[in-house]
Amino acid sequence: MEMKPLTRAVLGLVCLLVAIWLVAPTLVVVPMSFNGNKSLAFPPQGFSWQWYQNFVTNPEWSTAFLNSLKVASIVAVLATVLGTLAAFGLDRMKARPANLLRMLMLTPMVVPGVVLAIGIYAVYLDAQLVGTLPGFVLAHTILALPFVLIAVSANLEVFDRRLETAAASLGAGALTTFRTVTLPLILPGILSGLLFAFATSFDEIIVSLFITNPYLKTLPVQIFSSITRDADPTVAAVGTILLCATTILIGGGMLLLGRERKGRL
Amino acid sequence: MNPRPENRGAAIELETVSKAYGSFRALDGVSLGIEPGEFMTLLGPSGSGKTTTLNVIAGFTDVTSGKLRVGGNSVVGVPAHKRNIGVVFQHYALFPHMTVGRNVAYPLTLRGVDQAKRKARVAEALDMVKMGDFAHRYPSELSGGQQQRVALARAIVFDPPLLLMDEPLGALDKRLREWLQLEIKRIHRELGTTFVYVTHDQEEALVLSDRIAVFNRGRIEQVGTGRQLYDEPATLFVGRFIGDSTVLRGEARSDGTSTALGIAGETVTAPRRLTGEANPVMLLRPEKLSLRRPDQKAAAGANRLSGTIAEAIYLGSGSKYEVKLGDGAMAIVRSPLTGESFGLGEKVELCFDGADAKLLPDDSTADTTLT
Repeated sequence: MEMKPLTRAVLGLVCLLVAIWLVAPTLVVVPMSFNGNKSLAFPPQGFSWQWYQNFVTNPEWSTAFLNSLKVASIVAVLATVLGTLAAFGLDRMKARPANLLRMLMLTPMVVPGVVLAIGIYAVYLDAQLVGTLPGFVLAHTILALPFVLIAVSANLEVFDRRLETAAASLGAGALTTFRTVTLPLILPGILSGLLFAFATSFDEIIVSLFITNPYLKTLPVQIFSSITRDADPTVAAVGTILLCATTILIGGGMLLLGRERKGRL
Repeated sequence: MNPRPENRGAAIELETVSKAYGSFRALDGVSLGIEPGEFMTLLGPSGSGKTTTLNVIAGFTDVTSGKLRVGGNSVVGVPAHKRNIGVVFQHYALFPHMTVGRNVAYPLTLRGVDQAKRKARVAEALDMVKMGDFAHRYPSELSGGQQQRVALARAIVFDPPLLLMDEPLGALDKRLREWLQLEIKRIHRELGTTFVYVTHDQEEALVLSDRIAVFNRGRIEQVGTGRQLYDEPATLFVGRFIGDSTVLRGEARSDGTSTALGIAGETVTAPRRLTGEANPVMLLRPEKLSLRRPDQKAAAGANRLSGTIAEAIYLGSGSKYEVKLGDGAMAIVRSPLTGESFGLGEKVELCFDGADAKLLPDDSTADTTLT
């Protein structure tokens, strides 16, 4: 059906408005990071790189950034290994208990972050894990695991298990079959799980706020405390950097998933 | 490829092999001996146990009871990857992330064959299935027939003494299937390996096999050459599964040397009798039946049954008629071109020599399992 010009114009306008609304915060942060004055005013005045410089040179910021990098990297590896193993186990279990277990493992995605945070904090106080690297890694892994589980499970679902039978008939034992046939074919799922796990940990804030202390701050925590303390545009600079990094990571993950789909056709 | 006489096929012996899934017996005491280098086809309808038998030999399925020897050695409990048996699957099962060349090289790599030798043997195997120019392609770039040829090359490249094929041509169209049947036959001849081939297509079984084992409901009904199964079926099921047939059922009377069947007021006799209590039926091959008009004289001593032509099919080399008999049963008659022709609805007499009728015990499963 041909659209009337007026309908088309209205539709276009609405789409534009929604699009602007969705990206508006981003559009505010990026220009603010180049502010000439030490204020979070918008629109910014002047232009300078000084907030980026501050991010790199101020140990408070760089330490927080390195902490986040460290935590996210360990979480990504840990969650990917555990999530992949879990996906495998569930794939080869009877359907009923597998579905139950799967739901259980996905709960961290559904349960409100604050609820999780309170629970974790209470336990960490006793276990003296507050403000420690293992504390952050454990908490973030809980949150990242579901992403890996979903990505790898999706891959296993389309994986043709008869290929494993074929490999066995050609002389490959279980481990060799996994290494040479199964793993290469579900690798895209594992890699996208890895990226999502990394991103989940890297910008996690709710649980992190609870289990942080002055000795160990992650970047999102540092951003939050900085912005509640003073109007330092370094926050905007960090935000812009995070935005770029996350876009690359998630974009990469989506690309991997997309390529995987196409490969199956 | 030169035949490798040192690599003659392995003998296979199944002794009362059973496989139960809960209370369902997929295999119920199957015994079968396969000679080295033989082309044996396991033939039967779906669910008859032929694929289960193949999976048991391959090691994909454990037996519940019974003995299984390959090349004289018991393989019960030996995992599939240690049996050194080539398998070709209906669904090709090529590794999609490897090129054709790497797919075929896979079993050699696992066996630690060095690279130069590996390359030569991959090329040899691909040449044998006429896929030598495709080594650098991916499976997704090939047609079904090409993929199955690559799968065949992959299954023979490591010189297994036994090759199992599970309906390998099932997913292909008729012409391609007929051509590949001849290719498989040629490869079997060149390799001298034992082939075990699963199919539900009796024509395919007749084309390919040295011998055929006919499966029904988890048991073997009969083992024999195609000719034996066609001419001397041991059971009604086998008679009906192999080739066209007419089955005559009626009120049976036996008198020591002959058997008579009363069918809708007419009587036919065969100079034989069945031992045992079972109800006898007569099985007749289409070429043993002839048709004539009711006013024509029949040869002395021939059996006659009146019927109506229900279908007349011109086959080029002759004609095939379906004749509806007095009791509603259908008879299939093949007549040569030189014979008379009959029209639809015409009243005819079906004639046959009682000696050509095969007397078999009735078996209701023979009808229900055929579709």
